[in-house]
Amino acid sequence: MNPEFLSRLQFTITASFHFIYPPISMGLGLILVIMGILYVRTQNPVWRRLSFFWIKIYGLVFALGVATGIVQEFEFGTNWSEYSRFVGNIFGSLLAAEGIFAFFLEGGFLGLMLFGGNRVGPRLWLFSIVMVVFGAHFSATWIIMANSWMQTPAGYELAQTQYGTLAFMTSFPQVIMTPSFLARLWHTLVASWLVGSSLVLSVSAYYLLKGRFEESARAAFKTALPVFVVFSIVQAALLGPQSAENVTDYQPEKLAAMEGVWEDTACAPMTLAGWVKPETQRTVGLKVPCLLSWLAGGSTDTVIQGLNSVPRDEWAPVGWVFQSYHLMIVLGGLFVGIGLLGLLFAVWGERIWRTRWLLRTFVSTIFLTELATMTGWWTAELGRQPWIVWGLMRVEDAVSPNLTTGQLLFSNAMFVLLYTLLFVLFIYLLNEKIMHGPEPVEETTPIASLPDSFRDVFRRHARA
Amino acid sequence: MWLNVVWFILFVVVIAGYLIMDGFDLGVGILHPFLAKSDEDRRISLNSIGPVWDGNEVWLVLGGGVLFAAFPMVYASLFSGFYTAMMLVLLVLILRTVAIEFRSKRPSPGWRAAWDWVFFAASLGIALLLGVAFGNIMAGVPLDARGTIGGNLLSMLNPFALLVGVTTVFMLATHGAIYLSMKADGAYLARIKRAIPRLMIVFFILNTALLAAALLMHEFITERYLAHPLLIVLPGAAFLAVTAGWLMVRRGHYFRAFLLSAAMIAGLLFSAAAGLYPNLLISTLDPTYNLTIFNAASQPNTLVVMLVMALLGMPFVLLYTGGVYYIFRGKVQLTPQSY
Repeated sequence: MNPEFLSRLQFTITASFHFIYPPISMGLGLILVIMGILYVRTQNPVWRRLSFFWIKIYGLVFALGVATGIVQEFEFGTNWSEYSRFVGNIFGSLLAAEGIFAFFLEGGFLGLMLFGGNRVGPRLWLFSIVMVVFGAHFSATWIIMANSWMQTPAGYELAQTQYGTLAFMTSFPQVIMTPSFLARLWHTLVASWLVGSSLVLSVSAYYLLKGRFEESARAAFKTALPVFVVFSIVQAALLGPQSAENVTDYQPEKLAAMEGVWEDTACAPMTLAGWVKPETQRTVGLKVPCLLSWLAGGSTDTVIQGLNSVPRDEWAPVGWVFQSYHLMIVLGGLFVGIGLLGLLFAVWGERIWRTRWLLRTFVSTIFLTELATMTGWWTAELGRQPWIVWGLMRVEDAVSPNLTTGQLLFSNAMFVLLYTLLFVLFIYLLNEKIMHGPEPVEETTPIASLPDSFRDVFRRHARA
Repeated sequence: MWLNVVWFILFVVVIAGYLIMDGFDLGVGILHPFLAKSDEDRRISLNSIGPVWDGNEVWLVLGGGVLFAAFPMVYASLFSGFYTAMMLVLLVLILRTVAIEFRSKRPSPGWRAAWDWVFFAASLGIALLLGVAFGNIMAGVPLDARGTIGGNLLSMLNPFALLVGVTTVFMLATHGAIYLSMKADGAYLARIKRAIPRLMIVFFILNTALLAAALLMHEFITERYLAHPLLIVLPGAAFLAVTAGWLMVRRGHYFRAFLLSAAMIAGLLFSAAAGLYPNLLISTLDPTYNLTIFNAASQPNTLVVMLVMALLGMPFVLLYTGGVYYIFRGKVQLTPQSY
């Protein structure tokens, strides 16, 4: 239980727990924007009812995301002070930009989104939803940017100072557009849309199985299903492979850990499922010959760099990376299957509403998409080990040197207890909201009389 | 060099923004058990800050981000050096968020009373901890040549820092009470109006004691004010603001009193910052170890990039923050969507 291990453990716990929520904020946000547009265009009250219901759930998820996100903002300084000094010039400015551009957008409009339904008209309400959702995506963009710099650093120079070697920025455009940034950004955004749409599918499928709120549930299901189908295919066919190619090009040692490749190999096989044995340097399991070489380089002759090309103390934890990665891949394939099956049963005489086993499958999707997103993130972060900044700084050199085991045991225990409490409350309240369901909206004032543009907001005040 | 000064001022502005904006909703929390008696009062309190507290807290996150980007040496030394205090700040920040979100989700009085208590304790805890941390920054910390701060939570709890902590609590409670007076109505409003002058008097006494202690004990700040007597305009402005605020409270102009309270908070923070300048962290071990706005800063090109981003972003921030306050202006109305 040395301080370094405890700081790692704490960051794993807090970052993983935080990462449950932002993908829902982005994905559910996308569905809410679609519902809002449908209401403005059709005036069908079902969309208004669904908006009120899902915004309540959004508020709950958002609160958890913010509460756990603040921890992340401060933890670099508290636990990783050497890292903070090393990258402050670069990484710090991306976090500050996230605050200026994204958090204020979200924080500013969230109140209007959560409480504005009866206070402003549908268009202005939709505008606030679009702003919050845009803010959530923008926030993620800065974070992926910062994280991509840790994976594939660029636009920097190293300088000797009284506080040791520091990374200084030489080119801001290169810092924000590192080689891995765009591939990782799209992969993460689409994963988040899958998480959000699957939450709507899960809850709606549950209502349909129980025969409750059927009209709303069908409408919500039909909104989320196309999103889920399209993006699961895009993810599996396009963005996933693109991310893997990017890793092959810029972090070949990580790819070697993901696939369990030990020696430099031409015509490398792709393991679909299996097990790595680091002691004997073997990877066993179900393999497709030459597929990995073909996927990575477009030719079966492509040589895949093996783990043995770098010193052993620069290996990622191969077993963990391999299993996280393969679990993600399997789940990604499964989503395409579930989605297409759902689509087939939906267009084939709306059989889906009567097909209970398929509805039950859809209830499970939120757990599966969360698991896939989490294992994807673990693959990226565990695969980066032992580096905190790829090739430049090792994790053990990044930790705050002044922290004691006692301090860290306290903070670890605090986060475990606090986050357990948070999670129990989250599930309890989420369940309560789901049981309560989307009820008909009580209109306190006629919708038509609510201010529905910025001009209205100010004109009304002038009259009053 | 001018960039470092600009970023020092901007950093103080962001912290002042946090103290003013989140300050009133922390104050509402600190007053929660004392002024809000019925469930309706308490819901009015929560909903008076409901649409804005989340945006207000962003100022703190932004403060962390600006410190990280502009003065990374301070971000690293301060946060790791104040480790346990920082962890407790995170604990109470999270508990407060949870209390606000969860309190009104169930009608049970026991549930609500428990979360009311958490809301109060967490609001008090944030104000006290941040005040104590700031007291330690004013007094100086055992900072070594590598930028590592020695000591632990207990050594932070010295009398001067505790005085700063308690003063912060009363400052924000006063600020929160003035804010509530614009939002509440009826018997609850009458109680708030009675409390405001008393809170102001307690705060004024504490702040005078703090000023005396700061001048007597802390050579660096004292010397700086003696060397640059013109700096006295900053505490002078704060004093004028608090006096004018008192008059406005007397006359029942609560919106003006709120603006003056905000001005006073900014005035006090700038007074302290001017006293520390150009230091951000003063070492009690050796003055050459001090982290200043020059030796602790990022390189000029980072500071320029950040300045461009701030100039691009801040007008929007002010625009939509103002817009939300405008839409939710006036007395609180409770609806089914409220907290």
